[in-house]
Amino acid sequence: MRFAPTDEQAMFRDSVRRFVADEYPFDRRLKIVAEAPGYLDAHWQAFAELGWLSVPFPEEFGGLGGSAFDVAVLMEEFGRGLVVSPYLSTVVLSGRLLTDANGEAARTLIDEIIAGKAKASAALLEPQGRYDLNDVATKAEPDGDGWRLSGRKTGVPFGATADRLIVSARAGGGRRDPEGISLFLVDPGAKGVSLQSYRTHDGGSAAVLDLAGVAVKRGDLLGHAGKALPLIERATDVASAALAAEAVGAMEAAQQATVAYAKTRKQFDQNLGQFQALQHRMVDMFMKCELSRSMAIEAADGAGMDDPAERSRRVAAARALIGKQARHVCEEAVQLHGGIGVTMEVPVGHHLKRVMAINATLGDPAWHRHRYLRYLRSADNLAAGGVA
Amino acid sequence: MDIQFSAEGEKFRDEVRRFLRENLPDNIRDAVRSERMDLPVDEQRRWQGILAEKGWGAPSWPKEHGGAGWTDEQFYIFEREMALNDAPRPLSFGIQMLGPTLLHFGNEEQKRKFLPGTLRGDILWCQGYSEPNAGSDLASLKTRAVLEGDRYVINGSKIWTTDAHTADWMFGLFRTDSSGKKQDGITFLLLDMKSPGLTVRPLIMFEGTHEVNQVFFDNVKVPVSQRIYEEGKGWTVAKHLLSLERFGTAEVSRTLASIARLKRLAARIPAGEGTLLDDPDFAQRVADAEMELRALELTELRFLFAPTGESGGAEASMLKIRGTEIQQEVFGLTVEALGQYAQAAPGTGADEVPAGLLAEFRLGAAASRTHFNFRKTSIYAGSNEIQKNIIAKAVLGLGR
Repeated sequence: MRFAPTDEQAMFRDSVRRFVADEYPFDRRLKIVAEAPGYLDAHWQAFAELGWLSVPFPEEFGGLGGSAFDVAVLMEEFGRGLVVSPYLSTVVLSGRLLTDANGEAARTLIDEIIAGKAKASAALLEPQGRYDLNDVATKAEPDGDGWRLSGRKTGVPFGATADRLIVSARAGGGRRDPEGISLFLVDPGAKGVSLQSYRTHDGGSAAVLDLAGVAVKRGDLLGHAGKALPLIERATDVASAALAAEAVGAMEAAQQATVAYAKTRKQFDQNLGQFQALQHRMVDMFMKCELSRSMAIEAADGAGMDDPAERSRRVAAARALIGKQARHVCEEAVQLHGGIGVTMEVPVGHHLKRVMAINATLGDPAWHRHRYLRYLRSADNLAAGGVA
Repeated sequence: MDIQFSAEGEKFRDEVRRFLRENLPDNIRDAVRSERMDLPVDEQRRWQGILAEKGWGAPSWPKEHGGAGWTDEQFYIFEREMALNDAPRPLSFGIQMLGPTLLHFGNEEQKRKFLPGTLRGDILWCQGYSEPNAGSDLASLKTRAVLEGDRYVINGSKIWTTDAHTADWMFGLFRTDSSGKKQDGITFLLLDMKSPGLTVRPLIMFEGTHEVNQVFFDNVKVPVSQRIYEEGKGWTVAKHLLSLERFGTAEVSRTLASIARLKRLAARIPAGEGTLLDDPDFAQRVADAEMELRALELTELRFLFAPTGESGGAEASMLKIRGTEIQQEVFGLTVEALGQYAQAAPGTGADEVPAGLLAEFRLGAAASRTHFNFRKTSIYAGSNEIQKNIIAKAVLGLGR
């Protein structure tokens, strides 16, 4: 057992922390996120130069072969510093889909991503399906040597600035069948593609994607036709583990800011921190941060597992618990700050916005709890625990 | 990061399991399985003897005094397997508290006199700390020990004394000087529970269990040779003793076993068209408890295997708060699962209910007894509110 970060992870954390401190102080961040899409391309290029865009890709793909724990190091610092970027959608989520799908088109795009030349996003959800990845009504109809895609995808992160879109579409089976789903690479400039981009409250942006008979070449099918769901579930679990780490960074920053504020703000001739009622609330916030940190480790551990049930149980538990606790901690942070807490001028409200946005990305806490329930009722779980 | 046990750890786990399968008496296992903490005293001695025979009676002590010389991982696995296999909790007063205290502060004669018997289970201990007017504010204790020649003479009273009615000896804190700061002038003494002038009054808990007592001292005489460390330095001894509680304070593994029992129970209790575990509301609450427990388990491991050493024992406070809260939640769910059977009074017997329902009534009565009994855990050993004060001060630096 080993819970401390490795030397490399500690160095990586320090370098991300330095970047955030130098390039992303709170005042500057407010200016950056005021303009669409919410991030600077110069920063993305800096990520490329620092090697961050290659972290999770396997070495044979030109990456650093980093684990989910390595990705978590960066995501936690991003959460702490409220960094808005398409890192999760491009490198973690799309990156994993491309890596697992493999093939020529995937390899080419991975090269471009690592070099900072291309960004990608994944269009996996639809209006009727909420967060269900198997609920795919978008159609993929054979057309000559390729396919034609028709349908609507929602919540495409940073869709407007993506150079390539990874789209799930149904080549067979009923709307909610696990079988019959395929993944395609789509050029946002192709005929029939319509992307409507909107700003998100946390400073980022997302898009609704409409596909009207969009032609896709044979070579742009990712992986095997009709067999994409396991690949999608794995990549979204990996991305969820990264989001869990980001949420922990955000909630912990809000908790620490609250304690710091309580030590200086005076009312009735004493610091807020001297009131026991407030002390106990801050202790609750602290404990929730510690427990969430443990569950982010659980998620990263799970994300690296090959068995889908073992993997998704850990990730689902982490996101259900962290989602609930991160929201509570950030709401308390706003409350304990009092009037200043509801203004733009202090970070806690922004941390609350970010964790609420995370809670609506790739499953909310309730959705992940439902996922966990499947495990709870399984024979394995009923047999576990008591050994005798 | 690596959150799996090592290969040596897994081998050791199998060894512990095998030992428990072969050596844990059935009646003791059954008592623990029904969540009882008040094991009869003969069984306590018997089980401690079995453990001591194996060399596992006081694993955390130094090897020359009967300790096991284990790694942190082995301690953790041992505690976990004991819990999962329904072995009794370790003897906290003698093995976990007094032994290490004697080893640190006691003189050679005291070690020789008390350690071997404690290890074998021949000497069972109780702890004389709290008083009627010194609970969470322990340093306000007033029971006086006055030095007369080579003996202290004690007058006053201790309360909430767990096992005072079964223990052979007591270790406790007594006031020898009240002129200075309240933490000064406290002295740590050992005394024979058969001492003349000492009486024990049972305090029956509201669900009917006899675990705690009030102890009265009427000119009880204690030889100076039974004083640990210096006169007036008892608070130092007590603080050291508290810092030893690193393992198992959260009872994570015990609750893991309790949740496993709850799930198996809910999966066979009929409800609507299926079982109680199919009920979305009930299942969701069980799932929440299970996830919260996993978070706590990993947090405990994190504290044990990556100690920062900076938070001054606040980890133990957090583990205690969450551990007791989750444990109480699980026992509450067990009561709800058993529904009307849980209304039955403790000891409901075959002469009162039909034979076909007796097992359910017994489970229900036991579940309620446990639920009520475990209300104590968020109060004892420093109430959860006191634990929050500790974290606020020691970790968050608030209130200064």
